[in-house]
Amino acid sequence: MTDVLAVTEHRRGDLRDESFEVISAGRELADDTGGELHLAVISGEVEEFAESVNREGVDHVHTVEYGEEFNHDVYTQAVEALYDEVDPTVLLVPNSVNGLDYAPAVANALDLPLVTDAVGVEYDDTLVVTREMYGSKVETTVEVEGDSFVVTTRGAEWPQAEGVGDADVSAFDFQPDESEVGSTVTGFEEVGGGDVDISEADFLVSIGRGIEEEDNLPLIEDLVEATDATLSSSRPIVDNGWLAKNRQVGQSGKVVTPDVYLAIGISGAVQHVAGMKGSDTIIAVNTDPNAPIFDIADYGIVGDLFEVVPELIEEFE
Amino acid sequence: MKVLVTVKEVAELADDFEVEGTEVADRYLEYDLNEWDDYAVEEGVQLSEDGVADEVVSVTIGPERADETIRMALAKGADRAVRVWDDALEEPDLLDVEAKAKILAAVVEEEEPDLVLTGVQAGDDAFGATGVALADAIGYEWAAVVNSLDLDADEGVAHVRRELEGGVEELTDVDVPAVLTIQTGINEPRYASLRGIRQAQSKEIAPKTLDDLGLDAAAVESDLTLTEMYEPESESDAEIFEGSAEESAGKLADVLREKGVAE
Repeated sequence: MTDVLAVTEHRRGDLRDESFEVISAGRELADDTGGELHLAVISGEVEEFAESVNREGVDHVHTVEYGEEFNHDVYTQAVEALYDEVDPTVLLVPNSVNGLDYAPAVANALDLPLVTDAVGVEYDDTLVVTREMYGSKVETTVEVEGDSFVVTTRGAEWPQAEGVGDADVSAFDFQPDESEVGSTVTGFEEVGGGDVDISEADFLVSIGRGIEEEDNLPLIEDLVEATDATLSSSRPIVDNGWLAKNRQVGQSGKVVTPDVYLAIGISGAVQHVAGMKGSDTIIAVNTDPNAPIFDIADYGIVGDLFEVVPELIEEFE
Repeated sequence: MKVLVTVKEVAELADDFEVEGTEVADRYLEYDLNEWDDYAVEEGVQLSEDGVADEVVSVTIGPERADETIRMALAKGADRAVRVWDDALEEPDLLDVEAKAKILAAVVEEEEPDLVLTGVQAGDDAFGATGVALADAIGYEWAAVVNSLDLDADEGVAHVRRELEGGVEELTDVDVPAVLTIQTGINEPRYASLRGIRQAQSKEIAPKTLDDLGLDAAAVESDLTLTEMYEPESESDAEIFEGSAEESAGKLADVLREKGVAE
């Protein structure tokens, strides 16, 4: 048991980026443990997926042909069975919405220690995981006791594996116990359509918690009008119902890449940054000089938006 | 139908803080009800108001100080609360998911709820895993990251929407009993009314030790040890505009003009 088993992820016919990232993380870790890297491809077009994930560094790909889409009951059973087959030191799962819908159940059922949302993983007889706490304000290292572990890896922290591998691909002999499948995916829905597509905008003025109250929205709307920008926001503004879902930038909202992204009162949580870090120029206005948004900003003002924004409006009126 | 809502008191950090050893110095911590749990409480209370739930019980793992937080859940409409604490829980600086799931599973065994609502994650350690681990421990169905719930109690099915990445929602039917991890934005959490706060004073918060729940200290020993905590080094190479609001806004405006996005 020196191997690493990593589970790939797909949705509606396409492999997701996490699949290729978890290969990179898995390869690094397998080099640490001195073992081989196994991948699991479960449900959907497994043969096509297996070919795509057969990248440099992959030793084995196990396919489980059952159903089209992710179902956590099927994944839980299949991953547990594969774990028994492969007997890995580490089971790696993407720290995605779906990854967190089965990894904790697998860890609990197999009685394995679980560490989620890893941004770094190393193994040298002991598993050491780097992860953040308090909304990315601190980083921690965690030592994990045990012989075998489940770790979920944060998206975009590892590069996507490239090249063509020479893994052997085999169909894993597995049929789920259907009496244990108590959930059914009935469909998908795109949300956030409507009057505006923020991913098309050249200039986004984006607001976050710093706006404090819905009554302060008109101030930002004045800025948007004066600069002919498009208005977007971070999650809390949409959660509060102050703006429609189609304005939300981030992991669960839209990914945007405008020429200029002006972040006002946005601290820059990782879920938000995932949706806007590809912008050409990022400008941040925030009272907290330690806010993570400044890590990715090109320009910034450390100051009170209620003082800065009125001055900015005046510049363009 | 009985609903159990798990809540956690979480620490939030001040803008400026200091790390001492493997923890943030207590004077920089402010304790509050976990944001995600606030939405879970609201969802439970709404089920009660809609006549679907007969009783909403709130459970937390935490020291006596956490009574203040759990009383917020009671003030918002939960009927009663259970608070689990034990000397054995003082020690580990990072309680692992397995330990939390075991404790909550023991509470579920006593309470026998039809539905368990948890927050998607806690704002402090952010494991995002306790709800699903709990479901496995108690043999309930589950759904993670739920942002819409339509409960058909007669059919024993929860019609939920799961918020996936990239603005896509998954529509799923889940057999009840189930554990649902609740995402922010699923509802509008109410503020506790004065009347609610007054009523909460007379609602029961039952303290439980591990022994009361039939668990021993070994059951909650954590496999995880926090060995380091530090502030990540700023990778910022941003050009910061100094000066008064007028001056800095002027420089920002120059950048917008230079990039050709505003005139």
